[in-house]
Amino acid sequence: MTDNEGYTLRLYVAGQTPKSIAAISNLKKICELHLPGRYEIEIIDLMKDPALAVRHQIVAIPTLIRQLPEPLKRIIGDLSNTEKVLVGLDIRPN
Amino acid sequence: MAEKPRAKSDGLPTVVKSPTGIRGLDEVTQGGLPQGRPTLLCGSAGCGKTLFGMTFLYNGVVEYNEPGVFLAFEERPEDLIKNVGSLNYDIERLIAEKKLAIDHVEIERTKIEESGEYDLEGLFIRLGFAIDSVGAKRVVIDTIETLFSGLENEQLLRSELRRLFEWLKAKGVTAIITGERGEGTLTRYGLEEYVADCVILLDNRVDDQLSTRRLCVVKYRGSAHGTNEYPFIIDEQGITVMPITLSGLAHDVSTERVSSGIRDLDAMLEGRGYYKGSSILVSGMSGSGKSTVAAHFANSICQSGQRCIYFAMEESPHQIIRNMRSIGLDLEKWVNRKLLKFCARRPNLYGLETHLATMHRDVTDFDPGAVVVDPMSSLMGSGVTGDAHSMVLRLVDFLKAHAVTALFTYLGTGLAETATTEMQISSLMDTWLLLYNRESNGEHNRELYLLKSRGMAHSNQIREFILSSEGIKLREAYVGPGGVLTGSARLAQEARDEAARAVREQTMERRSREIERRKREIAAQVEALQAQLAREVEEDALLDREDTVRKQQLAADRVAIQTSRQTDARQDKAASKPLMKPRK
Repeated sequence: MTDNEGYTLRLYVAGQTPKSIAAISNLKKICELHLPGRYEIEIIDLMKDPALAVRHQIVAIPTLIRQLPEPLKRIIGDLSNTEKVLVGLDIRPN
Repeated sequence: MAEKPRAKSDGLPTVVKSPTGIRGLDEVTQGGLPQGRPTLLCGSAGCGKTLFGMTFLYNGVVEYNEPGVFLAFEERPEDLIKNVGSLNYDIERLIAEKKLAIDHVEIERTKIEESGEYDLEGLFIRLGFAIDSVGAKRVVIDTIETLFSGLENEQLLRSELRRLFEWLKAKGVTAIITGERGEGTLTRYGLEEYVADCVILLDNRVDDQLSTRRLCVVKYRGSAHGTNEYPFIIDEQGITVMPITLSGLAHDVSTERVSSGIRDLDAMLEGRGYYKGSSILVSGMSGSGKSTVAAHFANSICQSGQRCIYFAMEESPHQIIRNMRSIGLDLEKWVNRKLLKFCARRPNLYGLETHLATMHRDVTDFDPGAVVVDPMSSLMGSGVTGDAHSMVLRLVDFLKAHAVTALFTYLGTGLAETATTEMQISSLMDTWLLLYNRESNGEHNRELYLLKSRGMAHSNQIREFILSSEGIKLREAYVGPGGVLTGSARLAQEARDEAARAVREQTMERRSREIERRKREIAAQVEALQAQLAREVEEDALLDREDTVRKQQLAADRVAIQTSRQTDARQDKAASKPLMKPRK
């Protein structure tokens, strides 16, 4: 992996549930800490566009998908376990 | 939308049911699956769960105008569509018409990292989206247990499943949840814990290398249902469940008669044949004419304009047609007129239950007045003996319930005393014809005996059974000192009888001639006597006349003498006086 690459992350949530809110804030914290300046987060509320759940094979909420860099990576949960998020996103902790 | 509560309601709340449109299943469940509730469909791999689910949805759209959603965890939509394409389900058209939605949920554990708490809201959203997109009333989830292998947190999964089933109920959709059969449990992950309204178990068992699919309604809350295991078949016509035992013994009986197709046999049956809707067993040894009796019956049914199914287990239809032509029966014309249908299946093609299921369907489709199973005994060979008995029982029940007259041939010893299997079956039969093949005097001769025929005063005689180019003839019983005589023994006896009759006739003739002669003799005597009498009467009259003449002559003479001797008379008088005097 190269540190120069940017990360495109999509976080799928369903409304403003505690788990979703926790996931958003956890993700932001991790990115700020480990990927400063080279990440992009898109938050998708499936309540607003349920068809995306089908198209993107979402089952669990919240789901984080690493769009870039390839390959696609999936992490489910409120991202409270930072260790697992880093493993899942293939980020070597600083 | 078909809301047909088939159970009788007397003001009591009853379970509203959604018909599955699967043949037989709606009978077993008395109307279908509980409407607006999930049903658990469990069974081991390859027993037809997916197909079952798809059929439920397909029928829902096509027959009951209830759109459906298929949530597939295992198969991809294109595979699903291809797999059910063999059943002529045009799934793609339904999808295009927005009557059916398929969503494939892909879960691969290796690709998913879990970090912290989550729920399955995504699944709910997808399902909700699919339901809304087609306005679904029916949902099939196949197989949700895949989630257990895809996600780590089993505890969470369980609570989410519980929530899912509650959510489905709240949505008011009729759902089928499939589950893999576990060791000693209905499902591997205990789904039955959550889906409590209706549980259906599918099974695919192999006995003697023949597999038989079975269905059992394990549980149906708030509704009566058949509790047995029912065989079902999957073929190009879809799924057919066989609820044969449901027919029970409450069927109507008929006093109507149907001809056996053999005039002489009808005569033995009060001259009118079998009862309509009754079961007839024709048992006998090989070559005793069982198939011929059966073919006559089939022929007669078709002649009367009714339909008939001939289940041929050992011979091909062409062979039967050819053979029967040799005794003057043209079965082919009935086949051409669609009155006679041959269903030729080798007994070992599949298990007993499957045979029964296909027969059931054939009868339902063709709606015949009569069926022939030739021979029944070859079916008895496949499966366990007890199974065979139960199969015959159900077949007989089913046919009776439909007022279909059934003739079963049975290859046996042909002797009532030794026919144990026949004995077992025979109690289910209303009429039992025994065909003997008796050897005597160096030849085999066929004999027919009507062992029983319920509800009629049938003949108790053993008849000789003759196959000729004009069909079957039953000759009058010929009872000699050694029993019923057949064949040349019968001919010899007939010749002896003929000779005796000739002798008797001659004697009679002689006696009548004698009598005639005596009569003539006596008449002659009478004549002679009469002549004599006449002669004597004549003679008597002659004498009478002579006497009269003489008397007249005498009188005349006396007068003449008196006249001539008048004085003398006085003188005589005087002279006589003195003569008297001296005496005084």
